[in-house]
Order: sequence, then C-alpha cells, then structure tokens
Amino acid sequence: MEDKKIGKQISLPLKDAIKISFNGIRMRAGRSSITTAGILLGIAFLVSMLVSSALTTSLSLEPDPDMKVKQLWLVTISLLVSVLGIANAMLMSVTERYKEIGTMKCLGALNKFIIELFILEALFQGLLGSLLGCIVGTISMTAVFVFTKGMKVFLNYPILPVLLYNIGAVLIGVVLAIIGAIYPAIKAAKMEPVEAMRAEV
Amino acid sequence: MVYESVVRAKNVEKVFKMGNMEVQALRGISLEIQKGEYISIMGPSGSGKSTLFNMIGGLDKPTQGRIFIDEVDVAQLDAYELAWLRCRKIGYIFQTFNLIPVMTAAENVMLPMVFAGLTHDEALEKSSELLAIVGLEGRMGHKPSELSGGQQQRVAIARALANDPSIILADEPTGNLDLRTGKDIIELLKSLNKKKQVTIISATHDLKMLDVSDRIFWIRDGQVEKVEERSDIKLEVGTMEGEE
Repeated sequence: MEDKKIGKQISLPLKDAIKISFNGIRMRAGRSSITTAGILLGIAFLVSMLVSSALTTSLSLEPDPDMKVKQLWLVTISLLVSVLGIANAMLMSVTERYKEIGTMKCLGALNKFIIELFILEALFQGLLGSLLGCIVGTISMTAVFVFTKGMKVFLNYPILPVLLYNIGAVLIGVVLAIIGAIYPAIKAAKMEPVEAMRAEV
Repeated sequence: MVYESVVRAKNVEKVFKMGNMEVQALRGISLEIQKGEYISIMGPSGSGKSTLFNMIGGLDKPTQGRIFIDEVDVAQLDAYELAWLRCRKIGYIFQTFNLIPVMTAAENVMLPMVFAGLTHDEALEKSSELLAIVGLEGRMGHKPSELSGGQQQRVAIARALANDPSIILADEPTGNLDLRTGKDIIELLKSLNKKKQVTIISATHDLKMLDVSDRIFWIRDGQVEKVEERSDIKLEVGTMEGEE
C-alpha cells in the first residue's frame, strides 16, 4: 500500500506566514505597541544624534569632541536596552502563546515555521518602530536646532546625509528587532506539541 | 468493517526521569485498534492514560516497545516525518478547543491544509465543506472569541478532519462543555466515525462517551486493566446514568 509511506513535505508559504504574523500583531495590539515603542525610542534617539551631527556640520559649527564620545555611549546603551526590551516582550509573548504554538505543532508545523513566524513578527515591529523613530528623531532634533539657531537651519539643510542616516537607522532597527527575537523564537520552536494538551491556561 | 489496524502497541513502556527519581508511567501495554473503531481510554489520573494517549498520537515516544500508526513505527521517525504524520494521519481535538485566536473559523480549518501544501482555493473550498458538515456553514468568518464553546469545538472537529486523517485523537473533548452541548459533540463524533470510517480515540471521564464507544480500554497503574466491548457496556451505562 503505497499511501502508507511516510512523506516529509510540509509547507508554509511565505504569504501565509506573513498573514499569520501580521494578524498576530494586530490581535495583540497592546503588547505589540509596547515592543514597537521600545524600538521607536531607541531609533529616535539614534536618529536625533545623527541629525544633530549633520546639522552641526552643515551650519559649520564647532563640534564638541568630548560630547561626541558621550553621545556614542548613550546611543549604544539605548539601543542595547531596546534589544533587551524586545527580547523580554517576545519571551512573554512566547509564554502567553504556549498552547497556540503547541497546537500548531500538533497540526504539523515544523520548528522552522514557528521561528519564521516570530522573526516575521519582530521584523514588522522593527520596521514600523524604526520608521516612526526616524520621523520622531529627525523632526525633534530639527526643531531643537530651529529654536536655538533660528530658521537658517533650513537654508542649507543636509537632506542627503539625513536621508542616508535615516535609511541606516531603519536597517539597524530591523536587525536589532530580529536579534532580540532570535532567542524567544528558538525557545518557542523547541516546545513540545504535548503542551497543547495541557488544560490549564 | 475492513479488518485493518491503524494503531498497534507492542509491550510499550515509558519511564519519566524526574531528577533522580524514575517514574514508570507505562508498564508493558499492548493493544491493537482497528480502522473505523470508536475507542475510549478511561482511567484515573496518574494511571498513565495521558501518556498512552500522547504516544498513540505521535506526541511522545516509548522508552521500550513499539508503537505503529498506520503500520509505521513512530520511534523510527525524524522530526520532519513526525510533523508529516501529525499533519496528515492524525487529527487532534483538545479539551480546551485550542483554536488559533487570531484566525477565523475558516482559517483555522485551513491551517493544516496549508501545511499539507494545498492551494488557498482548494483549502478554502474544503474548509467550507467541513464547516458545513459540523453545522457551522454561516460562521466561516467568525473569530473563536465570537463563538460559543460548542461551536468552537465543532470548528476544532472540522480542523481535525482537514487532511482526511486515519485517526482522530480527542482529549476530553467534552470536558469544558455543558451536558447538552457535550452530547451534541459526542453525537457529531459518532456520526463522523460512521460516515467517514475515521477511527476515533478519546481519553475521557465522560460516561456519555461510553455509550457510543465500540471498545473501552481501562488503564490502571500503567497497564491495560480490562478491555470492554460495547455489548458489555450498555447495561452499565443504564445504571450509571441514574447517578448523574
């Protein structure tokens, strides 16, 4: 009887994976927005520092070298805190979804599907958070310069450097979000399907 | 009925290690379940009932002995093959329904079919057929939170049938339902068992379940204490119902 043979092929098309993780974010809007806000703040800080340095150069102001080192420290630490925040929020979301993950595995999901779903979720949150962070960071630092230096800021606004910094910041934000999600995703994927059977929530 | 075994256990033993202690959950269980049978596994908690049940469902591997599902030795399978087995050969029904909360009823039913590689249209068509069979044709777009317990369990039954499995494994399927709804669910399972010739194996405390079972395995201390045929049960249920 050839239909008794065991096969191997189990699939989850990217389109479906994206839909599932996107819905997951929407349904858990509260937790997702906290994660997103974490990335937003980190990236906004990074971008504001970068924009500040671009504006300082364009206005031919004397940069304070001592300040630069301090800023680098602050930015690095704030980004690290963001990553830890993402990892923490993701870990909680794994615990919250034990039964859901177990059920998916009972239905035939492979470990890599679960990892894929969590990474995709982080990617979306990272992308959204970084984009918003860029907007917030650029606008707020530009506003600070307008208040202190006046409208001359716009005479020679460093559009290209600011744009490049923003693109870089989005990439950093997405990468950091994914880094933060790796451990929680692996933890989720290693879960045994038997967990789905547990009655307690 | 075609005489064909879907589950075969041979001297199955299971030992759990808890720190330095070893707990023997199963002590040499052998049983055979035929295609199209409706089986109930009964036993007090701690009897090894759940362990046996999980093993039949390909969720756990025996320490000793062998389990065959559709003549395939479960212990020999790698992770991919196990996933394949769970996806296509076994349908799971849980006490707590376990629908994916972010998906609609139709999407929940479609999920195992997506894993099995069906196209979106094929999966959608089949999910609407299955939801119609369980009496939920009008609820395809509803989220689990918008459905009652009984309706959620019906969606779960439709989902379990998605890839035409050989076995449906039901873990206390009526445990979270009231008497009337529980009865409906049991009737639905029984009619699917008859119509589709799908083997149903359920772990249960529910006496209503015994009435529709072809055979009942009583588990105690990690062994099969006794196996009862339906003909023996009828009388007992009559007397038990008075106690309810």
